[in-house]
Amino acid sequence: MELITLRGIEKTYQMGDIAVPVLKGISLAIRQGELVALTGSSGSGKSTLMNILGCLDRPSAGEYWLEGQEVSQLSADERALLRNRKLGFVFQSFNLLARTSAIENVAMPLSYGAEHLSEREARERAAEMLSRVGLADRLDHHPAQLSGGQQQRVAIARALINRPPVLFADEPTGNLDSKTSEEVLQMFERLHTEDHITIIMVTHDPKVAGHANRVIRMDDGVIQGDAPPAAESKPKTTAGAP
Amino acid sequence: MMMYTTARTAFRTLRRNPMRAMLTTLGIVIGVGAVIAMMEIGAGASGALKKTIASMGANVLVIRPGTASSGGVSFGAGTTTTLTPEDCQAILRECPAVRNAAPMVRARTQVVYGNRNWVPNAIYGTTPAYLDVQDWSILAEGEPFNDRDVLNGNRVCILGQSLVRELFDGESAVGKEIRIKNIAFRVVGVLSPKGANMMGFDQDDVILAPWTTIKYRVTGASASTANQSASVASDSVNTLSNLYPTAQRSLYPERSAVQQANNPMPVRFANIDQIMLAANSSAEIPLAIEQISGVLRERHRIRADAPDDFNLRDMAELTRTLSTTTKLMTNLLLAVAMISLVVGGVGIMNIMLVSVTERTREIGLRMAVGARGRDILRQFLVEAVVLCLTGGAMGIVLGHGGSLLVRFLLKWPVETSPAAIATAVLVSAGVGIIFGFYPAWKASRLDPIEALRYE
Repeated sequence: MELITLRGIEKTYQMGDIAVPVLKGISLAIRQGELVALTGSSGSGKSTLMNILGCLDRPSAGEYWLEGQEVSQLSADERALLRNRKLGFVFQSFNLLARTSAIENVAMPLSYGAEHLSEREARERAAEMLSRVGLADRLDHHPAQLSGGQQQRVAIARALINRPPVLFADEPTGNLDSKTSEEVLQMFERLHTEDHITIIMVTHDPKVAGHANRVIRMDDGVIQGDAPPAAESKPKTTAGAP
Repeated sequence: MMMYTTARTAFRTLRRNPMRAMLTTLGIVIGVGAVIAMMEIGAGASGALKKTIASMGANVLVIRPGTASSGGVSFGAGTTTTLTPEDCQAILRECPAVRNAAPMVRARTQVVYGNRNWVPNAIYGTTPAYLDVQDWSILAEGEPFNDRDVLNGNRVCILGQSLVRELFDGESAVGKEIRIKNIAFRVVGVLSPKGANMMGFDQDDVILAPWTTIKYRVTGASASTANQSASVASDSVNTLSNLYPTAQRSLYPERSAVQQANNPMPVRFANIDQIMLAANSSAEIPLAIEQISGVLRERHRIRADAPDDFNLRDMAELTRTLSTTTKLMTNLLLAVAMISLVVGGVGIMNIMLVSVTERTREIGLRMAVGARGRDILRQFLVEAVVLCLTGGAMGIVLGHGGSLLVRFLLKWPVETSPAAIATAVLVSAGVGIIFGFYPAWKASRLDPIEALRYE
């Protein structure tokens, strides 16, 4: 089943009088349960594509179908609701709220669009999510008291609190050392295999991309390659990233 | 429910950075504190001002005898002789709205000391109550005469400042003897300076003496009648007659006690020129007027359909001044209070703007996980209001404490004002909404992508 379908997505930024095309007609289909890595050098447009996929931004042209709904023309409020229900985000710098306990960080998205939940239900759900990412004993720790890997796992728990079908990860291991990176990536793989969550990672790290079962390589606003990681590994070394 | 969650989130957010929250709200704390302290101290000051204006005579009522007329010819106010010192005592006894009352007789004649002389504006014969009615109890020098002096008709007097200047050339007058119409009066006290009244009348150009002394010894206008009553009253011990050097000689031989008993002469009471009264407060003046009229009409046996035989006047002009001044004072305080609240509000706005910038990433994150613009707007608005209300509550405590401190340390009059507290709460919430709106609106308009990328 096609979860995400892009047809001729274009994005052009207007810099004064000059129009700068960033995405030049992207067509793409991602099925339910895929673990996709989106790679490319900086300036290739992968972040812009990610923002459009994540409904943070609207394309200048083209169609974006998410779970059978055309979402490219939705208003800001409708996209906010959509992000709340269907999309989860994990960021490079974790973006946890400082001086706020892990469980409150995880429960935070519930205050938008899930007001029907009582305080206790919200906490229970957040605790359940944290135990799923292996942090059941760190519920009341503040981000400053957690290691980088633990912080990123809190962020993953937060992204999953509304049980979205799609999880976006923007350089999820960019701020982590290789050992904790491995932990986080294994976490993604487990979510992918056990819970069949569709995961889309933006990364320029070939090792991270190696964990995906599909690598989409972007260059200069178009898709250059779209293949499983084994086939992708050879041209990537020639490309000489990062 | 949603509001409650938002408020709790706001509290939690503020608790994350208590120092900054404290400093932010300090503006409001000081603003509201200033309002409360100002209102309370101001209310006290305005009360004191009221008292000061009252001392100018705003509470004072004057009763003068009514007009006499004969064959359609009116003789003007104060020409009947119906007002007596007993009326004065009856008013004091029977009118609860009257604080004090003093009977008065007036004279205007030459006063001599050594080789100097002067004709004061007024020589008032009265009782010590006059000083209380006029709020003039604090003398510059000496003591006032007392009720015994009044009863005995003692030749003592209190001088106004102008007289001391004219007769004594600045020397101390207390203990000296002055002569009024050739009767020696011992000066027992000197009035504190009061200056001119609203009509430009020099109020210090006055002599106060017991009304009995002025009435019977100085004016002598009704001395013969006084003599008659005196001789009736004192048939065995007639010590009074030689006390009145100016008394007119009786045309008739003195009557013996037997003659008196066989053929009593009607006793006429001494009449006085006016009664000066002070009401408890300017608000009670209408009540006092009603009570006094009742008492006097009854005492003078005036039928229900007959007009009063007295004139009762209050100081309407002064009362009006009083209310105008009080209103002015209140408005002035309100204006100052508003300014300090606006300053506090600008402080809140400033810090909220800083906060929005500082928390750009948080805003971006919240938007990414599904917060709509209006959710962000509400969050920041509630935060500002919570800040302001907390600051308002602290300001109330601070302001009230401050005004209590002022009361204890400086002995200023202070009045607790629940209205000020209610206003402060409303206004601080209002300030939160008004000055929190712009930063909150700015936050809600942020682009989530830009906000997430913000360093």
